Amino acid sequence: MEMSPGQFLLARVDDVVRWAQSSSVWPLTMGLACCAIEMMTATSAEYDIARLGSEVFRPSPRQADLMIVSGRVSQKMAPVVKRLYDQMADPKWVISMGACASSGGVFDNYAIVQGVDTVVPVDVYVPGCPPTPDGLLYAVNLIQQQIREGGRGGLLARA
Amino acid sequence: MTFSTTPLSPELVSQNGNVMVLSMGPQHPSTHGVLQIMLEIEGENVVKAEPEIGYLHTGIEKSAENLFWSQAQTVVERMDYLAPLSNALCYVLGVERLLGVADAIPERARQVRVLFAELTRIASHCVWLGTHGIDLGALSVFFYCFDLRENILDLQEATGGARMHPNYFRIGGLNGDLPDGFTERLDALIAKFPGRMKELRTLLVGNPIVQDRTIGVGALSREDALAWNVTGPSLRASGIAYDVRKAFPYCGYENYRFDVPARSEGDAYARFLVRLDEMDESMRIVEQVRKALRPGPVMTDDTKIFQPPKETIALSMEALIHHFKIVSEGFRVPPGDVYQAVEGPRGELAFYIVSDGGNRPYRIRTRPPSMYNLQALKGLAPGNLIADLVVMIGSLDPVFGEVDR
Repeated sequence: MEMSPGQFLLARVDDVVRWAQSSSVWPLTMGLACCAIEMMTATSAEYDIARLGSEVFRPSPRQADLMIVSGRVSQKMAPVVKRLYDQMADPKWVISMGACASSGGVFDNYAIVQGVDTVVPVDVYVPGCPPTPDGLLYAVNLIQQQIREGGRGGLLARA
Repeated sequence: MTFSTTPLSPELVSQNGNVMVLSMGPQHPSTHGVLQIMLEIEGENVVKAEPEIGYLHTGIEKSAENLFWSQAQTVVERMDYLAPLSNALCYVLGVERLLGVADAIPERARQVRVLFAELTRIASHCVWLGTHGIDLGALSVFFYCFDLRENILDLQEATGGARMHPNYFRIGGLNGDLPDGFTERLDALIAKFPGRMKELRTLLVGNPIVQDRTIGVGALSREDALAWNVTGPSLRASGIAYDVRKAFPYCGYENYRFDVPARSEGDAYARFLVRLDEMDESMRIVEQVRKALRPGPVMTDDTKIFQPPKETIALSMEALIHHFKIVSEGFRVPPGDVYQAVEGPRGELAFYIVSDGGNRPYRIRTRPPSMYNLQALKGLAPGNLIADLVVMIGSLDPVFGEVDR
């Protein structure tokens, strides 16, 4: 982008669209376990996820761009997670927040899905048990970077 | 990947005449977690509400059976994720009683345990109040509450290194003494607390919208509360001042002066006021502990259950052996069983722990207060609006990590 002398802003459509898209990544309101509390904390005054344009948590998957899988996914919840992901409109992204969502964490047993990436495609993994809200903010940053660079999933994604 | 259960449709399930069957949850902003309620509704009125739980079943009790006694604490802490230190306290007290070292715990460790049990209660009530406020349409309460909670999490982080699950309590004492500068930060919190509570009360108590939404909603009678096995603030709001800290004191609670707030109305507003008063009482205990804190050891000197100090390992053969044994195979607990209850933020939290004499728990059965409290919803909901159902869930304050385990 460059500013012309006559107060024009010249830019490529691709860049503007990607900039707009990356600046309003709206997450889905889906809290699962401990990490959900840290996800809520990320919206609080101390961390203020609104700085990244992601404070609009939408309860309806139709209006959400980003699914934050915040916590352990049980065998009973996995089909619901899959269904919610399918209901989200393209383009959509997934953050796997915390050890349990990423790999099953300390719960290597019959009840927990060993990594939510066996159910939905994951873009960014956040380590921690639970990760700090800063960790989640960084993950949202990485998603934004992916969109701006035309990575997987964006409206103008490069193949 | 195949799944054994077929989930019910999150949308309309069926319709029969005027009665519609609707599934609320498991992904719903007002069910405070992964609760699904099968609602039979006539217009806006609830005819029947059937809670469906298990969406967060984690197999914690089973996982604990495959871990050493000290490792099992890790998974137990993740049960009630709003008050992990209450769970940890209950577990370590139970195991210490089985080991027969309950009387050998240093005074300072007992005081610090009480300190954090009460701080975690305040933090848990902060999350409850913030989310309950959102349910009622008062968004700004959330920011005030989470600011206060942040101060408490900072203290937890200073002790254990993690914000939410610090794993700071250990069987036999604590994992190290309080860090430098801790008491100053605690003093700052104690000084800040009354002002913040005053703000919250000004915002909410006497607020006509809050009163309209909560007074008379979800009234739980004394008899029903007992019949449904409700404990904690929800029971005390129904007129029964039962508190495990008073009835069966543990960890030195008998040494502290505090009141048990109780009311008789039993509705959502009463539960709301009781929890607010509890936060003040918890801070009263924190102040007393702060005054009583004296330097001293924080770990029992029984090296059979706790690693000997690092500096002795290079000097003493015996210390080296104890260290090796504890790290490689844990410690053994004499056969027996014990029922240990504590007053968690949601009610009587208890573990029934069985040992067969091995280095792993034979069985850990939990009494999760949220689960018993949530049962009452079935009786409360019929005849009310869906909007009131949301208030009822919020005022019962369930945590699904604990309900489903």
